[in-house]
Amino acid sequence: MENLIALLVAAPLLGAAVLLCGGRRLDRTGHWIGTVLAAVSFVVGAVLFVDMLGKGPEERTLTQHLFSWIPVEGFQADVAFQLDQLSMTFVLLITGVGSLIHLYSIGYMEHDERRRRFFGYLNLFLAAMLLLVLADNYLLLYVGWEGVGLASYLLIGFWQHKPSAATAAKKAFLVNRVGDMGLSIAIMLMFTTFGTFAFGPVLESTDKTSEGMLTAIALMLLLAACGKSAQVPLQSWLGDAMEGPTPVSALIHAATMVTAGVYLITRSGAIFNGAPDAQLAVVVVGAVTLLFGAIVGCAKDDIKKALAGSTMSQIGYMILAAGLGPVGYAFAIMHLVTHGFFKAGLFLGAGSVMHGMNDEVDMRKYGGLRKYMPVTFVTFGLGYLAIIGLPPFSGFWSKDKIIEAAFAQQSDLRSWIFGGVALLGAGITAYYMTRVMILTFFGEKRWQPAPDPDTAPSVEPGIEVHPGEMPHPHEAPKSMTIPMIVLAFGSVFAGAVFGIGERFVHWLEPVTSFEHPHPVVGVPVITTATIVVLLLGVGLAYLQYGRRPVPVVAPRGSLLTRAARRDLLQDDFNHVVLVRGGEHLTRSLVYLDHSLVDGVVNGTAASVGGLSGRLRRLQNGYARSYAVSMFGGAALLVAATLLMRAV
Amino acid sequence: MNPVNYLYLAALLFAIGATGVLIRRNAIVVFMCIELMLNACNLALVAFSRMHGNLDGQIIAFFTMVVAAAEVVVGLAIIVSLFRSRHSASVDDASLMKL
Repeated sequence: MENLIALLVAAPLLGAAVLLCGGRRLDRTGHWIGTVLAAVSFVVGAVLFVDMLGKGPEERTLTQHLFSWIPVEGFQADVAFQLDQLSMTFVLLITGVGSLIHLYSIGYMEHDERRRRFFGYLNLFLAAMLLLVLADNYLLLYVGWEGVGLASYLLIGFWQHKPSAATAAKKAFLVNRVGDMGLSIAIMLMFTTFGTFAFGPVLESTDKTSEGMLTAIALMLLLAACGKSAQVPLQSWLGDAMEGPTPVSALIHAATMVTAGVYLITRSGAIFNGAPDAQLAVVVVGAVTLLFGAIVGCAKDDIKKALAGSTMSQIGYMILAAGLGPVGYAFAIMHLVTHGFFKAGLFLGAGSVMHGMNDEVDMRKYGGLRKYMPVTFVTFGLGYLAIIGLPPFSGFWSKDKIIEAAFAQQSDLRSWIFGGVALLGAGITAYYMTRVMILTFFGEKRWQPAPDPDTAPSVEPGIEVHPGEMPHPHEAPKSMTIPMIVLAFGSVFAGAVFGIGERFVHWLEPVTSFEHPHPVVGVPVITTATIVVLLLGVGLAYLQYGRRPVPVVAPRGSLLTRAARRDLLQDDFNHVVLVRGGEHLTRSLVYLDHSLVDGVVNGTAASVGGLSGRLRRLQNGYARSYAVSMFGGAALLVAATLLMRAV
Repeated sequence: MNPVNYLYLAALLFAIGATGVLIRRNAIVVFMCIELMLNACNLALVAFSRMHGNLDGQIIAFFTMVVAAAEVVVGLAIIVSLFRSRHSASVDDASLMKL
């Protein structure tokens, strides 16, 4: 059985190689090759899952040693896989959602002449992401980590003829580099501390390590997680990443890649458990991001950017839960999986809406679409009910548990602060998702004629848009609606399947361990409060957007709204502090280099030059003057010899 | 006669030769002064040989004569070609070997 693990990674990797090297002759069939290989990976994953279910909880971990990568004395780097319950969960999520999104992309990218390349990149992403979650050591994990970063870069900038897409890709890559630095430093620290970076030995020997070292490693891992999972302060790339094609946003920037940070923290649970200060930092990052993303999501008029804010916020929940320790790991992963379903479904729904509306992304120009796109409306609506956490949909089971866990911390003060933040976040989530729902599917038609392509920035290639033409929304083709329907099923039922009888928690318990949370107030009180808060959020959004006509041009808004539209000034902050600061630093370094370093070097050269210029005068070409020096030297020698004799 | 007197003579001749090399400009005269110095050395060597009662000094004096003969051949050839090219035998005129 364990020999199948490599096949999980190999299938999409083969797809990427074939599609990217195969050339134009695969243009006709390339998308099917990519989709089938993704599905092969899913089937292999499902076979392994069934096999795993047949074993006892303690014997479920499979390992496969492929080859020694860098066999050096005292430094052993292997390409080896480890498939346990945590990895299995990710494998099924990645390959399952991934296959669905491959299927969806066939329809979505139909008119794009570079569709083969797109599928090649998607397969490359799947291979790298599977490598990330299947690796049995941190170094191989790092390979996958960089691989998904590369795939993300390539796919965000897929429409590279648009300058905004090219810039967004670069931005995502650069911001991610900061996080990657954290991961590489963490791996180096592990190597110097433990002498290895395989999961087993590292995570077993944490109790013999000083807390200071564990805190350092954990903080570096947190930095890595912040970069990949778009958490404050490295969150600025996710909003711009929506420049990529919508299936990419659904797969990479909502369901899978951005959750790699949560995986990293959960996988390294033993390190974080030994470093309470680092855990507090994780919780703070999660709490700040969950509010940050939610506030940004409230103000955006671009449907994909509103969903991106929401992604950031939901991952904030997961990071918050992961920071709580054994109380929260299982809930973080559970929310990750349910979020994978409903957020991928929401993004695919958004893609379907854009597909029908001439690629308009401004929600203020939608309205009343429920009659024209019934399948999209229903699937999007089910995703919406799941994300706001209404029982009995998926989001309720996972988010409610996280809020409970947030209310159960060491001190009462911390419980109230973080529990309160999580509760508030649930209300804001309900508000902005209701806003998206109402603006898109309800109310008046606010459709606008297509913009003039000469003045407006280009839309997706291959889609015929005639200037001045009104959009005629229509339901998307089958290949797009089927994935949406499947994901909608996940949004409805996954939570209950996982949550009832704590099945998911028991499934993960051997890997992550589990403690029952003991909240400061009773569980029923928290659940009721959550539902009340989310109903308040829905009601507020309805009053604001459902009862009154929505202006097509966004009103100026309050100071907070304007700030939120600019992503709460994160880019301005980065510009002022990092770009300007960096410029000042380099400028002063250049000045120092010119004046001090060059001064010393040039001064030395000039003084040697001047001295030799003087010495050169001795070389006058007159044989007689050379003879004088010879005689002088000889006389000196004789004098010295005589003097030595005399002494 | 006291052999030390030969040494005084040799020193005197050497000094005259050295002074000539340093202050005269005509290449032929400089050349003759060099010869004078060489022969002053020969005289000293022969005197030493006599004083110490062995033949080492005289042997070296023969070597010196051979070298001096070779030097004359080369040196005169240089001086002649120098004179042909610039119609002067002044050593100060041949001062191109400088920076």
